[in-house]
Amino acid sequence: MEQKIRVLVAKPGLDGHDRGAKVLARAFMDAGMEVIYTGIRRTPEQIAEVAVQEDVDVVALSCLSGAHNTLFPRVVDLLRQKGANDMLVMGGGVIPEEDVPFLKEHGISEVFGPGTPLATIVEYIKTHVTREA
Amino acid sequence: MDDRESLERLKAAKLRWQQHVDKVPEGKTGKAYSDCATSSGIDVSLLYTPEDVEEMDYMHDLGFPGEYPYTRGYQATMYRGRLWTMRQYAGFATVEESNRRYKYLLNQGQTGLSIAFDLPTQLGMDADHPLSEGEVGKVGVSVSSLADLEVLFDGIPLDQVSTSMTINAPAAVLLAMYIALARRRGISADKLNGTIQNDILKEYSARGTYIYPPAPSMRIINDIFAYCSREMPNWNTISISGYHMREAGCTAVQEVAFTLADGIAYVDAAIKAGLDIDSFASRLSFFFNAHNNLLEEVAKFRAARRMWARIMKDRFHAQNPKSMMLRFHTQTAGCTLTSQQPDNNVVRVTLQALAAVLGGTQSLHTNSRDEALSLPTEDSVRIALRTQQIIGYESGVTDTVDPLGGSYFVESMTNRIEEEAWKYIARIDDLGGAVKAIERGFIQQEIQNSSYQYQMEIESGKKVIVGVNKFQAHDKPAMNLTRIDPTLYEKRHEELAAMKARRDMAKVEAALARVRAAAGGDENLMPAIIEAVDVYATLGEVCDVLRSVFGEYRPDASF
Repeated sequence: MEQKIRVLVAKPGLDGHDRGAKVLARAFMDAGMEVIYTGIRRTPEQIAEVAVQEDVDVVALSCLSGAHNTLFPRVVDLLRQKGANDMLVMGGGVIPEEDVPFLKEHGISEVFGPGTPLATIVEYIKTHVTREA
Repeated sequence: MDDRESLERLKAAKLRWQQHVDKVPEGKTGKAYSDCATSSGIDVSLLYTPEDVEEMDYMHDLGFPGEYPYTRGYQATMYRGRLWTMRQYAGFATVEESNRRYKYLLNQGQTGLSIAFDLPTQLGMDADHPLSEGEVGKVGVSVSSLADLEVLFDGIPLDQVSTSMTINAPAAVLLAMYIALARRRGISADKLNGTIQNDILKEYSARGTYIYPPAPSMRIINDIFAYCSREMPNWNTISISGYHMREAGCTAVQEVAFTLADGIAYVDAAIKAGLDIDSFASRLSFFFNAHNNLLEEVAKFRAARRMWARIMKDRFHAQNPKSMMLRFHTQTAGCTLTSQQPDNNVVRVTLQALAAVLGGTQSLHTNSRDEALSLPTEDSVRIALRTQQIIGYESGVTDTVDPLGGSYFVESMTNRIEEEAWKYIARIDDLGGAVKAIERGFIQQEIQNSSYQYQMEIESGKKVIVGVNKFQAHDKPAMNLTRIDPTLYEKRHEELAAMKARRDMAKVEAALARVRAAAGGDENLMPAIIEAVDVYATLGEVCDVLRSVFGEYRPDASF
């Protein structure tokens, strides 16, 4: 039997807007994934630690405060330092188009802005993660 | 309404009309003639008639504007007397830049200031705190000490403007800084007009900038109520906010119910702390969202006003009519802004602002079209302000008080929202009140469920969002976005270090010790905090003292 995809939905930084993060967490669950949500106001260190401990396939970062350029790359760096090289790290929130290339250069595989259909994000995960049984 | 006989005639005629409608093929809008509901799940009929407001008693349910139960407005003359306060929430980057934006807005005809603080400030952390990196100046202006506030309000006459500050967990500290600044300019606290948001309960349930656990947080709020009732008769001591719960995804009914339930909790706590209801209740203010469904929103504002009047009179036995008046600020719904085809947001904001005005708001913030992308540009902010001015000066809706009052539909919707909201308030009472309901996660869960349902309706296409799930265009918006200087964190570090080097440390330490003693005992915290900020103790230093006495709130994460 195929193992379920494991996703960590995480809120780095001081931002408290987690409507999107919670909706995504539920949508991932409805799509048959195992989901952990960190809650708001986590440091990159805390997020990387949970991701490795829980052996997740995907880290979905959400930030609406504008601190994404500082925080998202730091999560990726910490994960790589911990040897989690194949973890898919993606981001969402209020992120201007012009920041996307920078984030992608720093290990964020994809960035999903406001209004993205949930199905698009679920599909993205399913095509980019294949969990070995 | 009409007399019995004509009502009977009407019912017969409506039956005939209904039989005719039943034979008409369903329309093409995707909404059945028999099955349509608002976001709150309230059924919407195809037509409303006097039959729908048959039970309504004009004097009991509506009354006159400026009179109990204030359904039609809290002032007798409403906007003919004076338009609402046009108050754009603003603040970003440095105190210098924000000061320029405030002066710009005042020059453009804005009538009150509304200060947006960045997240470190809202969480009681100085700009040089390690967790502030990346966040300084982003969602608002960075203020760490009185020295910053001096620059922020440079050239702005504090005795002539009203200033609203969106600050919650550290509200006492920012208020103290504002008082200290005014004193230095020779303006006593009783001359100051403005509002602190100071609504911690919705931080736990929706917005997230809490610091301390609920019990000490409620104590700080009581200290502010008590201090201001003596020293600041024109200051709104709290802005009890439904806005953020609506942004987090709740419905119109839930917004009314949860906001008023929070209001009840604050009043309960203040009475328990020994305050007389009429000594503080007239300074309570409210803050609502204006969402997409125009007429449901109008009804929501009217229902909230009537319910609060009844709560204050019947539940708390307030005597002063001012204690019964629900005065509120409105902001258009940020969550309805789309990053796709952002100019369409100007139209959304117009409709939402119209709802707020038709609902009788006392002040209004209109969102800018580009806020789903970043902080608004000056051009976008000007269009948003002009939107209010066009409604106020050109549309004619301000000429008559409560112009939709008496609409069969709006009155019926007002009644239905009220009925449903009372049911929620009863459930929250059964749980032991809003504080307990939040501690148990009830309100959070209700918001999350509504939010998920709303998203599912967008996903399925049942709810149409123009430009997002229908009428999409593939043009990439080429807008200039406001960008914050990425080196701000380092610059603020240096500024703070320089400020700290100038201080008299012995005075700072003595003042912080007094804050600690007040926090540990039951002395009112405000005088000690004013004394501390006056000798340039920082926001972070004062909040750290309170953290060490009160502890920090750490909820479980659920979704």
